This record gives sequence, C-alpha cells and structure tokens, in this order.
Amino acid sequence: MLLGTLVYGLVNSSILALLAMGFNLTFGISGVANFAYGAIYIFSGFLTWILLNSLGLHYLLAVVLSILCTALVGIVIYYIVILRVKGLALSEVMATFGLGLAIMELFRYFDFVGFRYTLPVFFDGSLSIGEVYIDYQRLIIALIAVGLTSFLYLFTRHTKVGLAFRAIAQDERTALTFGIDSDRIGALSMAFGSALAAVAAIVILPLGTIAVEGGYEVLINALAVCIVGGLGSTVGILFASVLIGYAQTFTANYLEPHWMMLVSLIAIASILTLKPSGLFSRQKELEERI
Amino acid sequence: MNHTFPLLKVSRLVKSFGGVMAVSSLSFNIRKGELFGIIGPNGSGKTTLVNLITGFVKPDSGEIEYRGNKITGWPPYKIVSLGIARTFQMVRPFYQLPAFKNLIIPLCSPRVKKMEGGKYGDQDAVALDLLEEVGFERDAFVSYKVASSLPQGYLKRLELAKGIALRPDLLILDELFSGLSLAEVASIVPIIEKLKFQGKTIIMIEHRLKELFRIADRVMVLNFGEKIAQGSAEEVMESEQVKKAYLGTE
Amino acid sequence: MEKRKERIDRGIKARSEDIFALSSFREMLYLLAPRAIPVIGLLGATPFLSAYWQEVFISMAVYALLAISWDLLISAGLVSLGQSLFYGVGSYLAGALNYYWDWSPLFTIPVATVFGGALCTVLLLPVLRLRGIYFAMVTLVLPLMISRLVEATRILGGTEGLTGLDPFPDQLIALWLIQLALLATLFGFRRIINSNYGLVVRGINDNDLSVMSAGLNIYWYKAQVLFLAASVGSFTGAYGTHLDMFAGMPGFALDYSIMPVASAVVGGMGTFAGPMLGAFILVPLSEILRALGALRIVFYGLFLVIFVVGLPEGLFPYMQRKYHQFERWVTIE
Repeated sequence: MLLGTLVYGLVNSSILALLAMGFNLTFGISGVANFAYGAIYIFSGFLTWILLNSLGLHYLLAVVLSILCTALVGIVIYYIVILRVKGLALSEVMATFGLGLAIMELFRYFDFVGFRYTLPVFFDGSLSIGEVYIDYQRLIIALIAVGLTSFLYLFTRHTKVGLAFRAIAQDERTALTFGIDSDRIGALSMAFGSALAAVAAIVILPLGTIAVEGGYEVLINALAVCIVGGLGSTVGILFASVLIGYAQTFTANYLEPHWMMLVSLIAIASILTLKPSGLFSRQKELEERI
Repeated sequence: MNHTFPLLKVSRLVKSFGGVMAVSSLSFNIRKGELFGIIGPNGSGKTTLVNLITGFVKPDSGEIEYRGNKITGWPPYKIVSLGIARTFQMVRPFYQLPAFKNLIIPLCSPRVKKMEGGKYGDQDAVALDLLEEVGFERDAFVSYKVASSLPQGYLKRLELAKGIALRPDLLILDELFSGLSLAEVASIVPIIEKLKFQGKTIIMIEHRLKELFRIADRVMVLNFGEKIAQGSAEEVMESEQVKKAYLGTE
Repeated sequence: MEKRKERIDRGIKARSEDIFALSSFREMLYLLAPRAIPVIGLLGATPFLSAYWQEVFISMAVYALLAISWDLLISAGLVSLGQSLFYGVGSYLAGALNYYWDWSPLFTIPVATVFGGALCTVLLLPVLRLRGIYFAMVTLVLPLMISRLVEATRILGGTEGLTGLDPFPDQLIALWLIQLALLATLFGFRRIINSNYGLVVRGINDNDLSVMSAGLNIYWYKAQVLFLAASVGSFTGAYGTHLDMFAGMPGFALDYSIMPVASAVVGGMGTFAGPMLGAFILVPLSEILRALGALRIVFYGLFLVIFVVGLPEGLFPYMQRKYHQFERWVTIE
C-alpha cells in the first residue's frame, strides 16, 4: 500500500506539475496573462484527435503538428487579443478568460462530447516496481514532468530567451532599453506556454477522455498549484505539485477518494494564512513595493 | 552636554535587499524642534532609511523609537497616527483629481479626525487653506486645477501639503527641492521655516547642499548605508571622509 | 484639409454634485431624468409584465445586483472573478437556515446577507494584502473548489442540494423586494463612491502607497468594501434560494461569476449604472439565445473579448458623454 501510494503520488504530482508549468511560464514568469490556458489544453487534445482519427495521420506526425499548431494558436491569441489590452491586468485576464470560455464551449456546441474522444497511449503495457503495477504511460508522464521542469529551470536562468521572459515581467521598460522586443518575447512566451499545454495534453489525456470540463479542471489545478507554490517560481511549482499531489494520493488511498478536493482547498487555505504569496514566491508584500 | 530626550531614536538599523546592504548598523538621534538634514551620494541608503522609519519597509534588525514608543516594524498607518509624516521623492499625486481633492485623502485619516476633536469638519475648506499656505495662489484658482495639469513646482508643494495635512510632529521630506529652480526653492524655504517655528521637527533628505545648509541645524552624511559624519553643516563639510565620498579619491 | 473631433458641453450648465444653483425646471429635468427613468421604469412597469417576462426581469435584476457588487470591488482595485462565491454562500446559508431550522424567508434573507458577507470577507482577508492578480485568482478558484467539495463530501445535500424550501408568500413581493434592493444598491453605492469615503477607496485603486502614507489603513478600507460587495452578493444568493425554493451546487456556477463581469465590461466599469445596463442587455439576450445551448456561453466569451478590446470604457460612459456633450468635426487650422 505504501509503495503504491508513493509511486502513484509521484504520478499525480507529475500531472499537476505538467499542468501548472505552461501556465506558470506565461503568467508567472513572463507576466502575460493567459486564462485561456485550459481552453488551449483541450484544444490541442481535440486537434490531436482530429489529426489522428479524421485525417488518419501517423501518431508521431500528429503529435508534432499538434504541438506546433497549438503554439501558433498561442501566438495568434497574443497578437489579436492580448497585445491590444496589454498592461491593464484586469483586461488581460478578462479578455483571455472570455476567449478561453468561447473556445471550450464551442467544442461542446459542436458536440465534441463522449467516450469516443480519447488519445492513444505511447506504449501499452505496464511494469512492476515491487508489488506495484504502473503502466508505461504514467511512467512517461513522470519522466517528462521531471525532464521539462529541469529544462525550464535551466532555460529561464541560462538562455537569452529565458532570461528575456523574466525581464519583461520584472520591468518592461528596462527590458526594452536592453533591446528586448517585449511584444515578440511575449508572443514567444505564449507560444512556449501553449506548446507546454499541448505536451501536457498529449501525455495526460490518454489516461481518460477529452472532455470540455477538463479544460476548467486544468485551469483550477494550475491556479491552485501556482497559488500554493508561488506564481513565477519553477521550484515553487515543483514543490507545490509534490505537496498537493502526494497529499491527494495519500488521502485517496488511506481515507476516502472524495476528500481529495478538500486537500487542495486546505492547501490553499493554509498558504493564504501563512505565506499568502506562495511557498517560494518572490512577491513582496504590498508595502515593500517601493 | 545638554541632554534632551530625543524625539526619534534609531539604533543599529540594518536592511539589505538581496545581496545589497542598503542600511548598515545605523544609529542616530533627532532632537525635538530641529531641522535635521540627511545627505549622501546616490545609493547611500537615504530613501531606504525613510522607508524604514515610516514603516514601508521592515528592517532586518535594529530598533526605531519615537517618543519612547518602539515603532520598529509598525505599518505605515500606525506610524502616521503617532505623528510622523513623509513626502515621496517621486511625487505621487492622484492625477485625475483636482489639487485640493488630493488633500481630502490625508484629511480623512484617523489622526486628523482625532486632532479635530472627533469630527472631520469641512474638508474642502481645510484643503483649500492648506494649499494656500504652501503657495497655491487663491485668486488664480490653481487649487482647482487637475493635478495632471500642474507643473513640477506645484506638484512638489502639493506633496508638502499632503504631509502637513496630517498635522505631524515629525515631518520627513524626501528630496523636496529636486527638480525645482532656485527661485522655487527660495519660495518654499520660508514655508519650511514657518513649520519649524510652529514647533515641528523636520528631517530633510537633500542633494541640494547649499540650500539645505542654510536652514539645517544638524546634518548627517550617509555613504553605502553607513553614517560617515554628523554635526553642523560646517563640521560635516570639513570632514575628509565626506569629501572622499562625494568626490572620490585622487 | 484635416479634421479633428471637438467635444463641447451642451448648453445646460447644471452638472453639480449638490442640489444648489439649479435655476430652472429645465435644468432640474436635465439632471433628474436619467435618474428617474430607471426608478419609474422599474417600479412602474414591471408589475404589468407577463409571468414569463417577470421571471426574466427578476433574473436581470439579480445579475444586475451581482454586477453592481462587482463594480464596487473594482472601484477599490479588487478584481473579482468569483461573484458566484458570494451567491453560493448566501444561497446555502439561507437554504440551511430554512431547511434545518425552519426559519422563514423574512429572517433567512437578512441573516444570510450579513453573515454571508462576513464569511466571504474573512475567507478573502489574507489575499487583500497581495497584488491584485491574486485576488482574481483566488476568487476564481474558490467557488469552483467549494462546489466540488460539496459534491465530494455530500454535505448540505450534496449534488441534489436542499430542496423543498419556502418560497416567497407572493410573486409581487418577490418582485418588489428585488427591485427595491436593486435601486437602493445602485443609488447607495453611487452615493458612497462620490463621497469622501469613496474618494479614499478610489485613491486606493489609483495609488495605494500614497493612501498608506496618508495615514489610512488600506486593508481596513478594502475589507469594508469587500464586506459591502459580498453582502450584496450574498443577498442575491439568499433571494435566489427562496425564489427557486432550492439551494445547491449550481449556486457556485461559473455563470454567476462571468455575467457580472461581462455586464460591467459592456456597460462601463466604475459607474454602477453601467453594469446594471450591461446586465439588462445581456440577460434578455442570453434568454433569447437559450435555444442555442452551449453557443450562449460562446457569445458571452466573445462579447467579453470584443468589448474589452473595442469599447473599453463601456456603453454607459459613452451614453453619458453623448448626453452631456456633443461632438462635431472641425477643420484644423
């Protein structure tokens, strides 16, 4: 039981981390509000399904196309919507949220509902760790999560583009004086974030079906992880994912599965009382914004 | 040495931001009724010091005592209600509002209510009077102009008025003279001297040394967050350390 | 020959905050008419509507109240993406009082209003100290999570909710109650925001450091504003509970969060009358579009985007401007 909990807890944490990462990259790190994140996640899921089933493309081709298309969609959203309201935090949030809403419900309208909407797993089968069976897909999720987190951590600290992402969030004017084109970098950040959403979708959706509700779930989970871990901190996201992921898994295995949501709520409530800006956040309290 | 109970007592104050030591074990006292100048090259920690005293930033260690009350780590609104007010180096008016409406907000504070005996009174009239005191010409109706249309000189006076509106006993002016012409400075100085005459204690952070030295009683010099000299204006300017700090070594 | 747009005030110079210096009936009418129209229109016309349209109207009023409550929060700089939190809390409070302790609507509604407001304020208190975006995030997440929590733990009736609750004694009473609440809130909040208290609140939105240095505790002010807005929101929830005779998870639905924001965006943020106007437009529109199913929400979403990007000031300020000024093209010399 314990081993199972540890293993599946890791998977759960990986899922949460994957979901939160794309959102964190655009919103937390680059300061570009993207509340259409859940919609983009679902969009890439459905797109992959269409490429696979309606067009009959080879899996690898469909995956690559889907990721690229989703990244493109991110860029389009940036230029058409976000750029026009940039700087006004409220407008950014509302505009992207409204757009995300429209996209998700559009899928529902066109009847993309039902059990036939699933994505295939990478490899069928499972392996055993001790007495615990874990399917390859879940293993891959964990591996990809670890890989992506490390990549993102290094990327935002050691590459020019990664540092540019952080620059435009911290002080756009100064970034401009350094020759960083904040519009292009913002678009790039949206592209990356959307691509991350696509990757997450392709790896995670095979575990269930592609459903519009999933888009809302993704946004809620990403927000919860970011609130607990601290918006903008890759380390914080990792920590929070592990914390919430394991807490949920332990609750599900040792108590009752339906208390899992309570765990997330408790996590948020505790963080808000103890360290409101998140575990690892570098947000200063209001007074220190001199 | 005449021992006067200090109005403000700062002991071994320390604050660092990341790796930068902004204020480094700073200690000094302010006597009641004096005009105390704080000078120093850029980055010497002057504004951080003001932020620490007025509660906008919490110190890493050290104590701040005002009239015997330990106010270290208190939030700004509590410190204001004790009687300390400050102005900002970068003026922060409410640009969309007329000048006199800008003063309504400080006039709504609990301290003003307390000093008025529990009622707010006619805040508009008080605001207009305050503006006139700092040099807003009444017959030109400058006080009714929207803040965004006022030039820097008036905005600085507005900032000063916002501080005075709080009826402080200790008024901290952060680079009030910056951006003003000699004539404008010359017209504001009498206002400050009048405040001092009324018994207020004033701390002035300044870069305009000549103008400051004419009115300051004592001056403290900071460099890299440390006090390198303190005394009268003449004493301070004689100091080798001060010269080195401002002009550099050969 | 280049032209520019010139805006000139209309001939009536009677825009004053206080009721003095009005010298003619024409001026009084000019000032009074925009305020009298909603009052007379609402109280006078609605009793004569058919039952179906009365229901639609009540729905409009409920959403308008939520929108006005949202507007108060935005005036203080608080972006609420979760008005449904207030609705749901008020709804469950009134429902629980009625279901478990048999309280009549006469008591459940006021109690749910005040306690709901207090509870929500306490819940959101920690977030007030942070940057605005955290408030938006937390208000978005909380109602969705609480809803799932109720579903999972099956408390308070679980997925079925609390049914069989007491209705209003008379449909007309329900109608009058919501209208009076709406008008009282509209004019009340406008009064508040135009007073010196409101000036402080708006100052917090504009430049909170300046207000802090003016000796005011901005968190106390924010908490007060939050309490007012949350109470109004809880009122709508409590009212809705007795209207539908039901309190359940749908009280935390995304609809109650999005509509107020969309209404305010369409109608004009910060004006209180704007959000009400927005609600009065969007709710009947959505009713008419009900046949389209999920497409309805697609419309909301797109509406939101188009208005935020295209007409950011909103309809009401636009109308206000037209009322007070006229524009004409003038050649540049």
